[in-house]
Amino acid sequence: MGRKLLTEHINVEGINTFEVYRKHGGYRSVEKALKTMTPDEVVEEVKKSGLRGRGGAGFPTGMKWSFLAKPEGVPRYLVCNADESEPGTFKDRQLMSKLPHLLIEGMITGSYALGARTSYIYIRGELLYVLRILEKAIAEAYAAGFLGKNILGSGYSLDLHVHPGAGAYICGEETALLESLEGKRGNPRNKPPFPAVQGLYARPTVVNNVETIAAVVPIVNEGGDEYAKLGVGKSTGTKLISACGHLNKPGIYEIELGVPVEEFIYSDEYCGGIWKGRDLKAVVAGGSSVPILPKELILKTAAGENRLMTYESLSDGGFVTGTMLGSGGFIAMDETTCIVKNTWNFSRFYHHESCGQCSPCREGTGWMEKVLHRLEHGHGSMHDIDLLVSVAKQIEGNTICPLGEAAAWPVAAAVRHFRHEFEWHVTNPKEATAPGAAYRGAPVLA
Amino acid sequence: MEPTTAPTKPQFSPAAQAEIKRLLTHYPEDRSKSALLPILHIAQAEFGGWVSPEVQDLVAETLKIKPIEVYEVATFYTQYNLKPVGKHVLEICRTGPCMLRGSDELTAHLERITGAKVGGTSPDGTFTLKEVECLAACGFAPIVQVREKYYEQLDTPEAVDAMLSELKSLVHRPILPWEETGLPNSLKNY
Amino acid sequence: MAKITFDGIEVEVPDGTTILNAARQIGGSVVPPAMCYYTPLKGSGGKCRACLVKVSAGSTKDPRPMPKLVASCITTVQDGMVVENTINQQVLDVRKGIVEMLLINHPLDCPVCDQAGECSLQDFAFEHGVSTTRYEEERRTFEKIDIGPLIQLHMTRCILCYRCVYTADQLTPERVHGVLGRGDASEIGTYIENIIDNEFSGNVIDVCPVGALTDKTFRFKQRVWFTKPVNAHRNCENEKCGGRVTLWYKGKDVLRVTARKDEYGEVKEWICNTCRFDKKETSDWVLEGPAHINRASVISANHYELPVVNPQVLADLPESTTRELERNPPLRLGGING
Repeated sequence: MGRKLLTEHINVEGINTFEVYRKHGGYRSVEKALKTMTPDEVVEEVKKSGLRGRGGAGFPTGMKWSFLAKPEGVPRYLVCNADESEPGTFKDRQLMSKLPHLLIEGMITGSYALGARTSYIYIRGELLYVLRILEKAIAEAYAAGFLGKNILGSGYSLDLHVHPGAGAYICGEETALLESLEGKRGNPRNKPPFPAVQGLYARPTVVNNVETIAAVVPIVNEGGDEYAKLGVGKSTGTKLISACGHLNKPGIYEIELGVPVEEFIYSDEYCGGIWKGRDLKAVVAGGSSVPILPKELILKTAAGENRLMTYESLSDGGFVTGTMLGSGGFIAMDETTCIVKNTWNFSRFYHHESCGQCSPCREGTGWMEKVLHRLEHGHGSMHDIDLLVSVAKQIEGNTICPLGEAAAWPVAAAVRHFRHEFEWHVTNPKEATAPGAAYRGAPVLA
Repeated sequence: MEPTTAPTKPQFSPAAQAEIKRLLTHYPEDRSKSALLPILHIAQAEFGGWVSPEVQDLVAETLKIKPIEVYEVATFYTQYNLKPVGKHVLEICRTGPCMLRGSDELTAHLERITGAKVGGTSPDGTFTLKEVECLAACGFAPIVQVREKYYEQLDTPEAVDAMLSELKSLVHRPILPWEETGLPNSLKNY
Repeated sequence: MAKITFDGIEVEVPDGTTILNAARQIGGSVVPPAMCYYTPLKGSGGKCRACLVKVSAGSTKDPRPMPKLVASCITTVQDGMVVENTINQQVLDVRKGIVEMLLINHPLDCPVCDQAGECSLQDFAFEHGVSTTRYEEERRTFEKIDIGPLIQLHMTRCILCYRCVYTADQLTPERVHGVLGRGDASEIGTYIENIIDNEFSGNVIDVCPVGALTDKTFRFKQRVWFTKPVNAHRNCENEKCGGRVTLWYKGKDVLRVTARKDEYGEVKEWICNTCRFDKKETSDWVLEGPAHINRASVISANHYELPVVNPQVLADLPESTTRELERNPPLRLGGING
C-alpha cells in the first residue's frame, strides 16, 4: 500500500478536534513556515513538489501561486474552492468533514505564502453541515492562536471564513465562484483579467481546490523534493480518488499516483472489483466531464500498455483513445449499463447547470439533452447521432468558461466509443426502451 | 379591534439577526452584498423553507441592496425554494452515479409512499419531493438530502422507511438543525 | 500605440483598444458582428460569441497563436498581433454555429415583429446563417409582458445580451429588472411584475438588438422600412438629455422617436422618455435633415437611402431647418444631392 499523506489519521477518534489533530502532528507546517521560512520559500517548495491542481484542470499549483500580482497596499486573497460538484467526485466533502483542521492548516500556510490577510473557503451550499464542522474547527484554531492577529508571535495575521454557495455546479469555475462570493449570480467572468490580477473584489486572488490546499501541509512539512519523489514523472504525490458506480467497495482512496487502473478497480486494497460478479463495461475516470472509455481502453492504452492512475497515462492517446485524470471522480459502469441513458443523464446535468450567459452553452446543452432524450426513449434517428457530435463540436471551445467543454466531451466520447449502442436504440427502439435495457454486445473500439 | 390592513412584514428573529451580524463581519464593510447567499439560507430556514418575494425584499433591506439584486440571485441558485414547500423537502440526487445505483427506483418509491410527485408536496403537507443534481456523495448512492442532512445508501425500502420515520419525529428548529439529526453514516466514524 | 494586422490589413490603435474596435477603425466588411457588446455600456460583451476571431499571433513579443477563438469585443490588442476574421474558415464555421444556436429557440416571427428591418439578429442570420434548421424540438416560449405603459417585453425573442440590464444599471438610479433564472430558462424580468419607471428607461428599447423590448407607442404602426428617419433636436428640459434624436416619419406623422445610432447600431447620446414618447409633433423639434443608415441591413438593402428625403416632408420643414440643410448638407444625401 502506498503512502498516505493526507488521510493517514482520518479514522483516528476525535481527529476533527484541534487537540487530537495537534497531537498527531497537526499545524507543524504552520510553525515551520511562519517561524523558519519566508513566504517565497514556501512557494518555492510547492513549485518543487510538482503539485498539480486537484480540482480537475491539473494546473501546476506553484506556477499559479507565482502568477499572483502583488501590488503595494492592495489586499490579496486565497480562496479555497470547496464547491465540489463534479458528478462522481466526493473527496473534498470527506476530507473537510473528517479532517477539518488539515484544510485550515493548509489555508494558513498557503495564505502566508501568498501574503493574504483574509481568506475564504467557498463551500457548496448543500454541505452546510460541513460548513458548521469547519466553523467549529476554525474557532478552535483561533482559540489556539493559529488564526487571528500575530499568529505564533510571527507578526503574520490571518482571518479565515467559510462562505456557502446555494446550489450551482458552475460556481466550481473559479471566476463564477468569485462572483458568487461577492453575492452575485454565478456567471463566469470573461478572462483576462485572470483572478491572479483581478479576482475577489477586483483584487489579486488565488483559487485552489480543497485537496490542493491540504497537500501544501505535507509539502511544507517534508519538503517539495520529498513530495515529488512520490508518484510517476510529472504526476507527483498522492491523489484522492472518489470511486463510485458499480464497484464492490466504492469510497475515497488516497493513492500514490501511478497505481495501475486495473489494480485500482480489481484489487481488494482498493475497489474490490465490479459488484454482483458482473463484468466492467466502461469507466469515466475523472469526473463526469472527462471522456468515457470502454473497459478495453481504460485498462490498457491503445498501444497496449497498462493504463496508470496518472495525469499522463490516462490522457495517453488524446481524446481519440484516452481520457483525463480530472478531479479523480472514478465512475465504473458494469455490463448492464445503458450508455445512451447515462449520456443523456450527464447531458441533462450540464443543461441544468449551464449559467445561460453565453449562447453556445445556453442553447447547445439543452439541444443535446433533448436529442439524447429522444434517442434514449426510442424516438431518435441515425441522423440524430451525427447531429449530437456536430452540436457538441459547436459548443466546445467557443464558450466563456470550460462548462462548454465539460458538456461536449462526454457526449462526443460516448458516441465515439459506443456509437453501436446509439444505433441499437434507433434500430431496436422497442427493445432498447424496455426497463433496465442495455446493449450487451461487444464494444467497437475507436 | 382594528382591522388588519396589510399582511405583516416578515422580520428576522433575534437569533437570526445575531447570526447575520456575525456573517457581516466576514466581508469588507463596502462589500456586505457578499453575505447575500448565506443570509438567504438563514431566511429560508426562518420562514418556512422557502423565500417569498416579501422575504427576499427583507433580505434586500437588510443588506441595503436593490430588491432585483436579490431576485436575480435567488432564482439562479437551486437551493432556494421560490414556492411554498412541505414540512420536509426531500432532495433526491438524480445524477449519473446515483442513477447507476438506483435513484430512479428510489424516486418512484418515494412518490409511491409519500403520495407526492416530484416537484410537488404530499397531500398532508409533510413531504415535498425535489430532484436535484449531484450532491457529492456518489460513493454512498443513492442519496437524499433533507435540509442539512444527507441520507445515504437508500437502496432498500427499510433504509427509506428509517429516513421517513426519523423525519416525522423531527422538531424543526432553524439555524442549526443538523445537531438534532446528526451526520450521515459515511462521515460518522470518528 | 499598438500595430495589428487584421485580415491582412494593418491598423494602428491606442493601447487597450479591443480587437473589435480596431477592426471598426478599418471598417467595412471585415468588421466582426456584435450582438451583445455595446461600446457605451461598461461591462457589456463576451456573451453572444458572434464576434469570435482567430488570433494567429498573440504579439511581437509572444507570437504564439491563441489556442481558442477569442471574443474580439473584449480582447485587447497587443503590438504585433495578427487576427483573422473573414479570411479564416474556422471563424466562419463557428459563426454559422452561433447563428444556429441563437435561432433554435427564436420564434422567427419577423413578419410580425416591430424590430424586423433593423434587427441585429436578422442581419446576423442573413449574413452568416443558413436558411434551414436542424432543430426539431419544441421552442422555448414566454408570455409577453408590459413593463410599464410604454415598453413591452417579448422574452421569447430575447438573446440574453444583458444590454438592457447594463443600461438600467448605468442610466437609472434604481434598476428594477434583471436576468432571472438560469441556463436556457433565464429571462429578463422584474420578478414581481414591477414596472420600469424612470425618465431614461426608454433607452432599453434602443439598445435591444432584437425585438424583445419594443416601443408600445410604435407597436404595429408601420414596418420600419416604410418610415423615414430625420435627425432633429430640441431644447430638452432634462439636463441629462441632449434632446438630439431621430424622428421616424410616415408622411407628416412622427411615428416614433429614437436616439441617434451609429453604423453599428450604438446609441451615441441617451435620450429621455419625454423626448422619446411625448414629443411626436414636428413642431416639437428643430429638424436637421435625413438620418443616414450605413449598416448593411435589411432596412438599407432595398436602396433605402434614395428616398430618404421625401419632398413632402421637405416642404413641411421649418425654414430654419431648410436653411441649415442648404448650408450644411448631410453626407450622401442620395435623392437630393446625389
